[in-house]
Amino acid sequence: MRASHFGTSVAPHIWEPATNRMIRLTLSIAFGVVALTAIAVRADSITAKGSDTLVILAQKWAEVYMAEHPNTKIQVTGGGSGTGFAALQNHTTDLCNASRPIKSKEVLACIKVFRKRPTEYKVALDGLSVYVNESNPVRSLTVAQLKDIFTGRTENWKEVGGEDAPIVLYSRENSSGTYEFFKQSILDGADYSARAQTMPGTAAVLQAVGKDTNGIGYGGVAYGSGARALPVSKAAGLPAIAPTEENVVNGSYPIWRYLYIYVNPALDTGEIAHYLNWIRSDAGQDIVKNVGYFPLPKASRN
Amino acid sequence: MSAGDSDNWAGIHRGRRTAPGEWLAEKAIFLISLSAIILVFLIFAFILRESLPIFLGTMNSSASRKVIQPSEMHTISREALRAYLEMPAGEFAEMDDETLKLMMEVKLEAAAEAPEDKDAKVNTASWSLMLKPHQWTGYDKPEYIWQPVSEIHKYNLIPLLVGTLKTTLVAMLFAVPLSLLAAIYVSQLASARHREWLKPAIEMLSGIPSVVLGFFALIVMATVLQKVFGYQSRLNAFVAGIALGLAIIPVVFSISEDALTSVPPSYPQAALALGASRWQAAWQVVLPAAMPGVFAATVLGFGRAIGETMIVLMASGNASIMGWDILDSTRTITATIAAELAEAVFGGHHYRILFALGTMLFAVSFLTNLAGDLITHRLKKQLEGKP
Repeated sequence: MRASHFGTSVAPHIWEPATNRMIRLTLSIAFGVVALTAIAVRADSITAKGSDTLVILAQKWAEVYMAEHPNTKIQVTGGGSGTGFAALQNHTTDLCNASRPIKSKEVLACIKVFRKRPTEYKVALDGLSVYVNESNPVRSLTVAQLKDIFTGRTENWKEVGGEDAPIVLYSRENSSGTYEFFKQSILDGADYSARAQTMPGTAAVLQAVGKDTNGIGYGGVAYGSGARALPVSKAAGLPAIAPTEENVVNGSYPIWRYLYIYVNPALDTGEIAHYLNWIRSDAGQDIVKNVGYFPLPKASRN
Repeated sequence: MSAGDSDNWAGIHRGRRTAPGEWLAEKAIFLISLSAIILVFLIFAFILRESLPIFLGTMNSSASRKVIQPSEMHTISREALRAYLEMPAGEFAEMDDETLKLMMEVKLEAAAEAPEDKDAKVNTASWSLMLKPHQWTGYDKPEYIWQPVSEIHKYNLIPLLVGTLKTTLVAMLFAVPLSLLAAIYVSQLASARHREWLKPAIEMLSGIPSVVLGFFALIVMATVLQKVFGYQSRLNAFVAGIALGLAIIPVVFSISEDALTSVPPSYPQAALALGASRWQAAWQVVLPAAMPGVFAATVLGFGRAIGETMIVLMASGNASIMGWDILDSTRTITATIAAELAEAVFGGHHYRILFALGTMLFAVSFLTNLAGDLITHRLKKQLEGKP
């Protein structure tokens, strides 16, 4: 009878050590496997994380490079330049793709971990186009007119030689490097008009401008039905320049920027250094053209 | 033997040994349910921790601050240096002099780039600037401005709060009457045959992923509504609100329909026996009896609407305009967090303010859900006739 009483209370105690041992065993095996795979993957792979603007280009680079060097594995992920810089300092990525230069706070965070500044490489040029609806009679705008339009001081198309209609602004999300760059180079750091609608990408800007006869927007080089890129002149009286490859690379088109890759200087050896050199070689720069960006001028490849 | 008699009653063994399988399953279920609760707490603790410096007002986002020359590194105290570099004590102790000097140089470079502006020295992440209008350089009058990516980071939350309330309000005004009327019809007036396919059909709306609804609103609804009403900006609080309404209709409908159905049939039967029409019975007898449940449905719908992200991100135009015109483009809290977090400097003021917005949203969502639950509970008790 005692036994039947013990049955309820003792059974868990009999079971507990056994399950504990099993759990511990399973956990240690699991950890071991994870650690081993991590080491195995780490051995000959490069990870690149960061800007969504650069993700397609970086993937294309990785694809072509891996075809030429079958022993190297390159993983590319997006998430944004800020995410990339955070990953760079946490050692969860080797390369950080960035569509904007690193900020001082991020440099400080990197120095804390690396004891050195991260190394910056310019890897491509990006020319920004200003888009209007196809039916818009305005043929070109100056940089100053663009500033007035996007800060909200010019609110009607007739003030810049168009029809009597309100200007509808299409901008990018403020997380985009494009947004920041346009703000620095065209708006001189002034705020965009609060009325500017923000779009998640160049394609969305083009789509909106294509549907809105009074719309104006900006973005990377792209094609969309109903919208066209507007030639831009540096000042009134100067010729208006179209955003073609020739004009962007020789610097006569006024709205362009660099795209970057950042790396921990301690890692910039061996395969990673080789890969970064390859990106800035002719072979790497030829790929840039295929995905809508422009190659670096020869002078700034180092 | 005597103990065995008391343990064995009507063939049930009180002290029967639990089968090991049962015991494991029971513990596993317990752990899973416990982990759900722990997870909610962990999530809240995490977002609160990330946003705490904002709530405490210890975050400084002024663009230009006092600079200490790297050459003065050894003339100031270690503690002053640590405060200047904004490092925790443990981390600071591990740094060698060379690294510290490098960090001071970077700070100096950043200070050289800081704008010459009367606003450069103010802390824009303080509560007064986040809630009250301020006349920034380049503006003609004091204004509510959300421009976080800027030389002077402008973090006024009011345009986002107004934007969120605007879209939520439109969604509620559109969805609540519609789903309430549908619920009354389905539960009280429709024939059994109609009810059989009407209820699942309306509830199927909840099966549409919100990103698909948002996409539909962006491409189709925006164009159609603009053609019908002829307003200026294609994407605005109105379009986003209607799309959001579609997302909350199944929530409001489903819960209020349950509430209406759970009113005892003797209520409308008594009304009908006294000569009321079916509509009168539904509207004047059943609806008041189910009012707490209907209210709970509304509150839950509100909680869903205020926290919905994808639809407003795609269909609202996302311009942070301050004003109550529903035909203006608008920017909501959820869309702001979704769009801006990826590029914010980790641990920086922008990042922390986004987390503070998340904390507020979490609180509102949690409280509305809690209120909805409590009211539903009360309703159940009331209808079961318990005090």
